[in-house]
Amino acid sequence: MINNIKKLVKDFSLSELRGGMKITAKELINKKITVQFPEERTPISPRFRGLHALRRYPNGEERCIACKLCEAVCPANAITIESEMRDDGTRRTTQYDIDLFKCIFCGFCEEACPVDAIVETQIFDYAFVGSRDGNDNLQGQFGSVITKEQLLDVGNKNEKTINQTKLEDSKYR
Amino acid sequence: MMDLWLSFVELVHELIPWFDGSVAVVLIILIKAVALVMPLMLVVAYFTYAERKVIGYMQLRIGPNRVGPKGWLQPIADALKLMTKEIIFPTKANIYLFLLAPILAIAPAIAVWAVIPFDEGIYVTNLDISLLYVLAIGSIGVYGIILAGWASNSKYPLLGALRSASLLVSYEIVIGFALVTVVMIAGSVNLNTIVEAQKGSILHWYWVPLFPMMIIFFISALVETNRAPFDVVEGESEIVGGTHVEYSGMTFAVFFLAEYANMILMAVLAVVMFFGGWHSPFEGIPVMESAFAWVPGIIWLLAKTSFFMFLYLWIRATFPRFRYDQIMRLSWKVFLPWTIAWIFVVALMTQLKIGPWF
Repeated sequence: MINNIKKLVKDFSLSELRGGMKITAKELINKKITVQFPEERTPISPRFRGLHALRRYPNGEERCIACKLCEAVCPANAITIESEMRDDGTRRTTQYDIDLFKCIFCGFCEEACPVDAIVETQIFDYAFVGSRDGNDNLQGQFGSVITKEQLLDVGNKNEKTINQTKLEDSKYR
Repeated sequence: MMDLWLSFVELVHELIPWFDGSVAVVLIILIKAVALVMPLMLVVAYFTYAERKVIGYMQLRIGPNRVGPKGWLQPIADALKLMTKEIIFPTKANIYLFLLAPILAIAPAIAVWAVIPFDEGIYVTNLDISLLYVLAIGSIGVYGIILAGWASNSKYPLLGALRSASLLVSYEIVIGFALVTVVMIAGSVNLNTIVEAQKGSILHWYWVPLFPMMIIFFISALVETNRAPFDVVEGESEIVGGTHVEYSGMTFAVFFLAEYANMILMAVLAVVMFFGGWHSPFEGIPVMESAFAWVPGIIWLLAKTSFFMFLYLWIRATFPRFRYDQIMRLSWKVFLPWTIAWIFVVALMTQLKIGPWF
């Protein structure tokens, strides 16, 4: 009996509805934590594995010596390398393709590289444009297969950040 | 004001012979109608913006903020988008009924505004039966939805229309009975008189003796305007968009306008019937009354209305959708007995002359 009356009072005072509305009212004045993505970005770990890049030495010479360790270690067989002897007698790649659809961004190529040539940058917001090999590509865009020139280009443009993040991460390796 | 207008009419009559009294009367009605409808449409547009912002904030988002500063131009962009979109007619649909439906939905939604008193003496027309007019014209709006469902020649709109029709019929009775209690106390069905009768103080407003009726009226208003949590008419999860499924572009926009105009109307009606219309809430409090005497009544009315409009959004952000049979049960087994019982309570209170209201 008493319980019935209690329930009746609870129902007719709309207490549960008021409880729900109190929560939404509280959220209305709460601080919003939305990150406005293109303008604002969340911090990224220096160990983040994003788009690949090929690096150069400070004198402009490309680091990659076509040892093909990355090609061998790649679990997804995403890397294709062809090499030949350059006029000065050093071995250099003629083709260095990474199929970004196959790539699983494990970072093994970076670990395997003896000269720190191939690295993974913090870039994650890129787009594939045009066909698979990006023949009809727009400026700075690429198809799902990223070529040696494009990889070197990414490296040139982001050398400063790559240098800094690798330095930060080196303490823990 | 009227003298100025009459001298203006005489002046124009000198210049243009056919511009006499009757033309002037038509003209003044037209001016009044435009002065009412244009701000109303603007308020509807920005009510949608407020809805998206408020619900966004309540869901820990920030809502539209891309078009213009802080998203202030979003409603304009929405309107432009809807105007430029193609109106698609379903095959085998009756085009005349299909186009008539949105018109039937919006015409009553705007026509009802003619009798709403905004301030002492500010109204389009002062009908002696204005409350009956509101209920009668307001009920016509359901034809728009039923016709839309029927003319679309499609199953989901038809289901939505059926739900809408039965809901509106059930809740119209509840609203009618809830407002009858107000009429019993005020002794008039003229909205102006009803507001006048609430003069005195915040405790003279009818929400005090009619508190349960006020709540029932507001909840029924949610159903009447097909608002969450009673928006089974367009329940996305079951019947896609209900009656709106086949409508696109401007025809859809007109339905949208009608729905929001109706929501604002119900908010105004709640204020007029239960919250003292244009009366200041500080009336009867010695110092405050004179301190706020300079505020025009229409500001008080709009402020109170805004609160009820906000309540619509607040409720939508909070509650999940009711099941159809639960809404029906609420109407016939809870609200209707309570309103009828309260009519007897009010009758008793009127006879015994309790409180300051009678």
